[in-house]
Amino acid sequence: MSGERMILNMGPHHPATHGVLRLEVETDGEVVAAVRPDIGYLHRSIEKIGERVEWAQFVPYTDRVDYVCAMNANHAYVLAVEALLAHDPATRLAIPRRAEAIRVLVAELNRISSHLIAVGAMAMDIGAYTPFLHAIAQREAVNDLFERLCGQRLTYNYMTVGGVAFDLHAGAEEQIAAFLGELEREMVRFNRLVTANAIFRERCAGVAVVGAAEAVAWGLSGPNLRGSGVAMDLRRDAPYGIYGELDVQVPVGEAYAGARGRVGDCYDRYVVRLLEILESVRLIRAVLGLLPPPAAKADDPVGGFQADATKALRAPPAGEVRVRTEAPRGEMAYILVSTGGRQPWRVRVRTGSFTACAMLGHLLPGVFLADVVAIIGSLDIVLPEVDR
Amino acid sequence: MGGTDPDLPDGVHLTAVDDLFAWGKEHSLFYLLFATACCGIELMQTGGPRYDVDRLGMIPRATPRQADLMIIAGTITHKMASRVRTLWEQMTEPRWVVSMGACANSGGPFSKASYSVLNGVDKVIPVDVYIPGCPPRPEALIDGVMVLRERVRRYRTLGLRDRDPQVIAGADDDFGTHPGKA
Repeated sequence: MSGERMILNMGPHHPATHGVLRLEVETDGEVVAAVRPDIGYLHRSIEKIGERVEWAQFVPYTDRVDYVCAMNANHAYVLAVEALLAHDPATRLAIPRRAEAIRVLVAELNRISSHLIAVGAMAMDIGAYTPFLHAIAQREAVNDLFERLCGQRLTYNYMTVGGVAFDLHAGAEEQIAAFLGELEREMVRFNRLVTANAIFRERCAGVAVVGAAEAVAWGLSGPNLRGSGVAMDLRRDAPYGIYGELDVQVPVGEAYAGARGRVGDCYDRYVVRLLEILESVRLIRAVLGLLPPPAAKADDPVGGFQADATKALRAPPAGEVRVRTEAPRGEMAYILVSTGGRQPWRVRVRTGSFTACAMLGHLLPGVFLADVVAIIGSLDIVLPEVDR
Repeated sequence: MGGTDPDLPDGVHLTAVDDLFAWGKEHSLFYLLFATACCGIELMQTGGPRYDVDRLGMIPRATPRQADLMIIAGTITHKMASRVRTLWEQMTEPRWVVSMGACANSGGPFSKASYSVLNGVDKVIPVDVYIPGCPPRPEALIDGVMVLRERVRRYRTLGLRDRDPQVIAGADDDFGTHPGKA
C-alpha cells in the first residue's frame, strides 16, 4: 500500500536522537520510506583546533570529542602522540608500567559508565524511564571515583603524554573493588527489570537486522559490529597498553532475543553492551591484580605514573602515525601528522559513531516510525563523535 | 507569598494575585530537555536519583510549548543558533533561560579557537542566569536554578502584561548582564 508521502523532521532538538542529530524522515503512513541524516549541529572544529594548539594542549579537546567516554578518548590521543615520539630514539618515552595499568583501569571504568548511559538511554527511548535512572545511579559511582582521581566528573583531562596526571588516590583500589561488587548486583536487577522484560524484547527482537557481511561493508565497529556476530575487538586483536597481557573475551550477538530474534538485531546490540560491562568488570579486577606498587619517583619505569615528555614534545620527530583503539562506541583512531614543530600539522579523528550514523539512511527505510528511536538507541550514536 | 491575617478564618490567605502566580511559577519550573553537548550529560545526572531536581518541581519537557525554562546545556554552533532562537520563540511567556557551562556562556574552550562555534548563547536569546564550569557540577546547576527562582518570585504577571519580561527583568538587577558583553 502506498499513499501520499510526508516529510517529518526529527531533531535537531529531539530527546531521542542523543544530542543534535537531525533526521529528515520521509514516511509512507507508519512506515519510513527514506531517511536523510543531517549532521553538523555540533561541529566544533576540533580537528582544526588541533592544528593551532601544542601537542599536550590538545588533550582537553579530546575529552570533548567524546564526553561520554572521555578517558578512552584521552587514551587514544596520548597513545598516538607516544607512537609518534617513538619514531626517534631521542624522543622515545619509557611509559611507566603503573601508568599503563592505570590507563587501562580508568578506560575500562569509563567504558562501563558509557555503556550504562547507552543501555539506559535505549530503554528510555523505547519508553521506559526508570531503567535510565538505575543506570544513572550507577554512573554516579564512577563519577565519584574519577572526581577523587582527577577532580572532574565528566571531562577528565587525566591522561598526559607520558603517563597519567596523578597517581591513584589513597584507597582507590578498595573503592573500585566495592563499586564492582555493587555494579554486579545492580546488573542482575537491571537484567530482571529490562533485559528480561517481554515488551522491551519484543520491541527490539528482529528490528534493524545488520548481517555480519553488511556490518563489515558499512564499516561498523565496536559493539555494533560485535552485535552482528563479528568477533572483532582491538583490545584483543591489536592490543595496546597492557591489554596484551589480559585475557580479553569478546561477546558477540547470538540472536539473544529467542524465537523472533536474529543475529544483529537491536536486542543483540543491547545485550552485547551488557556483556561488555561484565567483561570490563573482569578486566578491571585483572588489572588491579597486576598493578605494580607506587614508587617514590614519578618517572620510575615500574611504579611511576608519568614520564617527563616536556623536552620530547618541544621537537617531536616529523612523520605520520595512525593509532587505533577500542572505545565504547567502536574504533577510535587518531591520525597525526607532524612536521617536527611544537604543534601538530594535522589531527584526524576517526570514530565509531560516524560510521554508525552513516548507516542510518540504509537501515531505517522499511521500519516502523516508532522503531526509529529504538534503532538510534541501539546504535548508541553520540553526536560530538560524529560532528567533532 | 503574603501574610495571614489572624482575624481571618482558617485556610484563608490574603495575598496579591501577582504573588500567588509567582509562587506557583517558582515551584513548577518545567524545563525544556535540550542538551547539545557535554553539559547535557551533567543535566541528565542532575535529573537522576542523586540530585533529583524533581523535588524542586522541575520536570523535563520534550516540547518547548510546555516549558517555562530553557537550560542551554552545551555548545551552540552557528548551524544550531537559529534553531535555538526558534525553540525559544516557541516557548510561552513568561520564559526563562539558564546558560549552563562555559560554551553557552561565552564559547568556552572553543570561543577563539573554533570557526564554527557561537561565542555565547546570549548572542541569539536573552539569558537570565549564567553558570560557570566546564561542565558545571549538578550542585552548580541547582544553585543557578535557586538564583533564577528569586527572579521568578519577583516576576509580576499582571504588572508586566504588556511588556517584554526579559528586558524589564534584566533592568533591576545584575543577573542578566555579562562582563565583557555590550
